[in-house]
Amino acid sequence: MSLNLRRISLLRLVPGVTIAALALPVAAGLWGTISPAMQPGAFRAVFDWPGLWPAARLSLVTGMGSTFAALLITLLVLAGLRGTKVYSALIRLISPLLAVPHAAAALGLAFLIAPSGGIARALSPWATGWQVPPDALILNDPAGLALTFGLMAKEVPFLLLMSLAALPQTDASRRITLAQTLGYSGAMGFALVVLPALYRQLRLPVYAVLAYAMTTVDMAQILGPTRPPTLSVQITQWMTAPDLTQRPLAAAAALIQLGLVLGALAVWRGGEATVARGLAALAMAGHRAAWLDRLVTPLAALLAGGIVAALIAGLAGLSLWSFAGLWQFPGALPDSLTAQVWMQAAPGLAEATLTTAALALVTAGLAVALTLGCLEAEHRFALPASRTRLILWLPLLVPQIAFLPGLHGLSLASGAGGIWAVLAAHLTFALPYAFLSLAPAWRAYDQRIAPLAASLGAGPARVFWTLRLPMLSRAVLTAGAVAFAVSVGQYLPTLLLGGGRIETLTTEAVALSSGGNRRLIGAYALLQMVLPALAFMLAMGGPALAFRNRRGMAA
Amino acid sequence: MTAGLELEALQVRQGDRLLVDLSVRIAPGEVLTIMGPSGTGKSTLLAAITGTLEPAFQMQGGIRLDGHDLGAVPTRARRIGILFQDALLFPHLSVAGNLGFALPARTPDRAARIATALEEAGLPGFGPRDPATLSGGERARVALMRTLLAEPKALLLDEPFSRLDAALREQIRSFVLETARQRGLPVILVTHDLADARAAAGGVLSPMGAKLSAV
Repeated sequence: MSLNLRRISLLRLVPGVTIAALALPVAAGLWGTISPAMQPGAFRAVFDWPGLWPAARLSLVTGMGSTFAALLITLLVLAGLRGTKVYSALIRLISPLLAVPHAAAALGLAFLIAPSGGIARALSPWATGWQVPPDALILNDPAGLALTFGLMAKEVPFLLLMSLAALPQTDASRRITLAQTLGYSGAMGFALVVLPALYRQLRLPVYAVLAYAMTTVDMAQILGPTRPPTLSVQITQWMTAPDLTQRPLAAAAALIQLGLVLGALAVWRGGEATVARGLAALAMAGHRAAWLDRLVTPLAALLAGGIVAALIAGLAGLSLWSFAGLWQFPGALPDSLTAQVWMQAAPGLAEATLTTAALALVTAGLAVALTLGCLEAEHRFALPASRTRLILWLPLLVPQIAFLPGLHGLSLASGAGGIWAVLAAHLTFALPYAFLSLAPAWRAYDQRIAPLAASLGAGPARVFWTLRLPMLSRAVLTAGAVAFAVSVGQYLPTLLLGGGRIETLTTEAVALSSGGNRRLIGAYALLQMVLPALAFMLAMGGPALAFRNRRGMAA
Repeated sequence: MTAGLELEALQVRQGDRLLVDLSVRIAPGEVLTIMGPSGTGKSTLLAAITGTLEPAFQMQGGIRLDGHDLGAVPTRARRIGILFQDALLFPHLSVAGNLGFALPARTPDRAARIATALEEAGLPGFGPRDPATLSGGERARVALMRTLLAEPKALLLDEPFSRLDAALREQIRSFVLETARQRGLPVILVTHDLADARAAAGGVLSPMGAKLSAV
């Protein structure tokens, strides 16, 4: 009995520990950023930097532009494609595309759109007449168009996934059917009767996308302009400069970046209100817009199909480059295939893979354990689910670039740096995704099972270990794979908190991206994709194998 | 000590709405049928007896099983078995695994006990089967044996026959009621089917304690 009591009290602590793991790094990091920024002259120095306004403008334009475009395409897909074959194909591709780290996706797109990239090769010389790559700044263009496109492509799958989770709660199918029986087109019905309810659920994910898009470092380093780069990239350069006197400058710039994000969120919020008023007025006007489906459906298919095709073609190109022998412009395919770069770089690749996998495994294990503890505590002690929602989104809403510099300073000062600080930061960013992935399945678990098992004499611990956990094993392992993928993709926390000494596949791939060794970049990026893919295959295959003789457990 | 299940001025409220008001004793081997339209307190009554009432409900009065007050006893220690509309077999376990789950931990000869239970249910050799491959009637019988293997001292039936088709229904109903009678279990049967009430051959009450005639 005493053992039992202890276990219960430990479980009661889990939600608190989880909240601390989510909020403490953010709070401590922000504090650690504010104090050096207050040093005399820090802000002065940032304002004296002539690149500040172009860099800030880039951050605003690429961030808001890509978020708006990604949201628009997501809504077009939902409005125009639901129930079609294209839609079910897109749904199946969401998880694999989400699992691809941002850096790998960006590198794939870079390989695709560069003057000597896949698209130029496919069109040359027969259509373009180019025998040598054109001298055009398509990649890293000063307006940030390549970066905007990359961000948009990578965020559409995320927003689609979040919408899929929210749609059932909006009773979308019946609402649209109702609107259609009143004479509205499907797309108009979606916009007028589903979108207002759906957007309430999408708001936090959209804000997270906006905050991320404005401040990403790895994608901006690969696809974004260079002179000046986006503000976040510049801050990272100041942070990692050997000259420590630039740290206060970086901290002050990080606070300016945070202010930019807050300002952009406020503007966005204002835009929401305007759109909501417009939709309400439109609904009153009674336009059926019967023609709208004929426009929205092909447009959505074209845009979504284009994004998916670009991502897949880019990733395929990366993989091909890592095995390419001689591959001169404008050849569409390499002259020969070889494993040479894999052999030559094997030691470095193996070490980075091991470090990445070990970090990701521990992160996933901790993230799933804390998530399970929280959900089980919520269930056993009947805790309200809503109060954790905002805390969950905190690490995704506060830009990494605003609090990681402070956290870096604190970890240096306290001596708790290196691998442990990196691990803690990975956990902070992986936890929300693990929770968001597992919570719906956990909460939807048949409410009758636990009382039934209790009537058979089983206590809560036995119900958890022998019924709930195995019955939900697929969802639990999938949450683990999600956390694993998030950890594999982390760039900035690994770079900053690791002090440049912890080399993962992602830090290496981004570091290589400015050089010209496409074969080596391809190898690192390919491994970056393979690790999360393996995790997802295990998460699907393990339970399928264990329960192959249980039809009731089929997905 | 009074054997059987006793509800002493048991009242369950939700806010100011009284849902259950019962004073009744069910002797071992006896069946009390509770009837009433849906939305009345039938399921609430069963939740009160198993100890799984939601916090929104307030309960007063006593529930006694063989003379012991169950008020402070957690569900898992009450020794009250329940059968639902659905068999609710655990999909990740075999039929034998489902039965083994219910057997108390220190039972000797577990495999033999499970085999015997399956024979009693007319399902010899079904142990390794996947519950998803069983017919509706087979599932219902496994669910009953699972409940009985936990050695309950009373049995609650929450419309357990309503999902079965007519022919099967009568067969399973008599199997369940006969088995419970043989074991001397006090039974509460919640139903909205008059044929169930007639077959139970006991008293019929509404959740508010009104006597009904099953004819």
